[in-house]
Amino acid sequence: MTATRQRAKAAPHLGAAAGLDDDELLAMYRMVALARAVDERMWILNRAGRIPFVISGQGHEGAQVGVTWALRKGHDWIAPFYRSIAMCMTFGMSARDIMLAQYARASDPSSGGRQMPGHYGDRRHNLLSVSSPVATQILHAVGIALAAKIRGTAQVALTAMGEGLSNQGDVHEALNFAAIHKLPFVFLVENNGYAISVPAVMELAVPDVAARAAGYGIPGVVVDGADVLACYVAAKTAIERARAGDGPTLIEAKVTRLTGHSSDDQQTKYRTEEEMALEKGRDALPRFRDQLRAAGILTPAVEAALTEEIAAIVTDATEFAEGEPDPEPSTAMRWVYAEDWPSETPPPWGFGEGDDDAGSGSEGGGPAAGGD
Amino acid sequence: MPTRTFIEAIRETIAGEMRRDESVIVLGEDVGKKGGVFLATDGLWAEFGSDRVIDTPLTESMIVGASIGAAVNGLRPIAEIQFADFIHPAFNQIVSEAARMRYRSNNAVGVPLTIRAPYGGGVHGALYHSQSVEAFFSHVPGLKVVVPSTPYDARGLLRSSIRDDDPVLFFEHKKMYRSVRGDVPDTDYVVPLGRAAITRPGTQVTVIAYGLMAHYALEAAERVEEEGISVEVVDLRTLRPLDKETVIGSVRKTGKCLVVYEDNRFGGYGAEVAATVAEEAFDYLDGPVTRIAGPDVPGVPYNHVLEDWFMVDPTKITAGIRKLAAY
Repeated sequence: MTATRQRAKAAPHLGAAAGLDDDELLAMYRMVALARAVDERMWILNRAGRIPFVISGQGHEGAQVGVTWALRKGHDWIAPFYRSIAMCMTFGMSARDIMLAQYARASDPSSGGRQMPGHYGDRRHNLLSVSSPVATQILHAVGIALAAKIRGTAQVALTAMGEGLSNQGDVHEALNFAAIHKLPFVFLVENNGYAISVPAVMELAVPDVAARAAGYGIPGVVVDGADVLACYVAAKTAIERARAGDGPTLIEAKVTRLTGHSSDDQQTKYRTEEEMALEKGRDALPRFRDQLRAAGILTPAVEAALTEEIAAIVTDATEFAEGEPDPEPSTAMRWVYAEDWPSETPPPWGFGEGDDDAGSGSEGGGPAAGGD
Repeated sequence: MPTRTFIEAIRETIAGEMRRDESVIVLGEDVGKKGGVFLATDGLWAEFGSDRVIDTPLTESMIVGASIGAAVNGLRPIAEIQFADFIHPAFNQIVSEAARMRYRSNNAVGVPLTIRAPYGGGVHGALYHSQSVEAFFSHVPGLKVVVPSTPYDARGLLRSSIRDDDPVLFFEHKKMYRSVRGDVPDTDYVVPLGRAAITRPGTQVTVIAYGLMAHYALEAAERVEEEGISVEVVDLRTLRPLDKETVIGSVRKTGKCLVVYEDNRFGGYGAEVAATVAEEAFDYLDGPVTRIAGPDVPGVPYNHVLEDWFMVDPTKITAGIRKLAAY
């Protein structure tokens, strides 16, 4: 590391403007690369018929890692969305945690196998559970920020979504309220140019979602989502502002979507080959790698070790999740409420066919269901 | 024992809970200085300040959505929807988010949130200030739905709702705010959620009702008593979770069941009660499970003649009881 530091000194120091040292830069790059590797493995597993569904974050990782790096882990909150794989991993979720969700295993920390993959959440890391109705989470983040302000916790709440989601009415209601009360809130729009198949020109009458910030009297910042350090700096500024009580910021990171909307989407139907090839040039992963190589931080030796480590992590996560048990039907009625209610009875078929315990499980579950 | 109107009981209970627990906040439209359009939060802003009593913009989805977030981060919000009729913009937040958070996170995250809303007709409120919306929400696992009928129950149930770790919809019939009075002890009692009350014992017909209709059911029961019909009235108090035990127990005793609700008849909450009774007390029934409910029109009409036609009242319930008793 001494050698790399000396080399970095010779060139303009890459992290200097951002206040990041070489170790942190390397850790950030590792996270971008790891999230990509996990994501790519998800698609392989899907195409191999191992997991039914994938929704991807490929092309968004640089913005997600850069922005999330500026938050305080275990203190601040994130209400993520379905492309937030790199964000969630930066905030504490492991590759195993992500794969457990892909396989919908009982030990999946996001939902215990109840939700579709991509619906991340982890209470241990202040990551709020994702749902499928879009943009609802912005209000949750604003509410988290409201509680932080009232309780004086000095927490910042961040939410992330694509530009497609940003058209929902909840976004307007949330930004208005957050701005009125100067809440410690940061709104990250990861603009990848598409809402499934609908291009941005059909979604927005202005080139930048960030322009809308003016209507709420808050800063709206556009940043290149392929520039990890620029994303970090933008987020750092917004988070400091939020924590100081000066209110929310809208950060729009221009990113690219390298995959279809999901494993059920064929994007060649609405995007040309030329366009998709061009989009690859906006990928943060090779750009960040080149930056670190040029700065002498990512030496061939470091890179080789990292590649090996990441491959091992992804393989371990896959094998671990593959070997974990599915959730039991007998647990399927748990946690509708904090406590069980005698009147909330299981269906007539109980909790499983041919199960010796089905009789007791379905007690009172017949046509003359008692529940008493 | 002190006597209170329905709304006084609610107002004092909110204030009491806010004094008891500093994590309790109130937010909604006009809940601050004005104290709410019905004055349910009158005086709270002066006592607790604008940090804990928050006047919001006209944004029902935000009121509920931000309350969910605040609940996740350590508060116990009481969200006021000014009229139940205006709760629909928040439907997604209530049904997709608040109701499902605990289940979808496998118990990692709960939403301790109380949503108060005045409901019901008979107050010249027309289509959009008279609705009964309990059926929409009672349908959803994960939500608790409470409809008190007395100041005593309002206090005890509101305490339970605020202290509960799950989202509760607390519907208050606006016609009862000042017309209903009752004894309310100064003690820190609670009325547990999920328990109905037999408010009048009887032997021949069970009438199941809630909210304003629980009062009308009692009036109707009194009227038919002179005719020799003995009516047992069950006030559900909590619609979900439903107290099946009390409902079924009563119908097993009387053999006849009339379900009364103010909402439109088709697919109303009472339909679920009727189905439950039909399934679980069939062997005890001496007549069809019947309903007296609001007509199937899109809202309560404004004109007083039309409104009277719409509203279920003691006379209409009495007719339903007589018909059922004759089986």
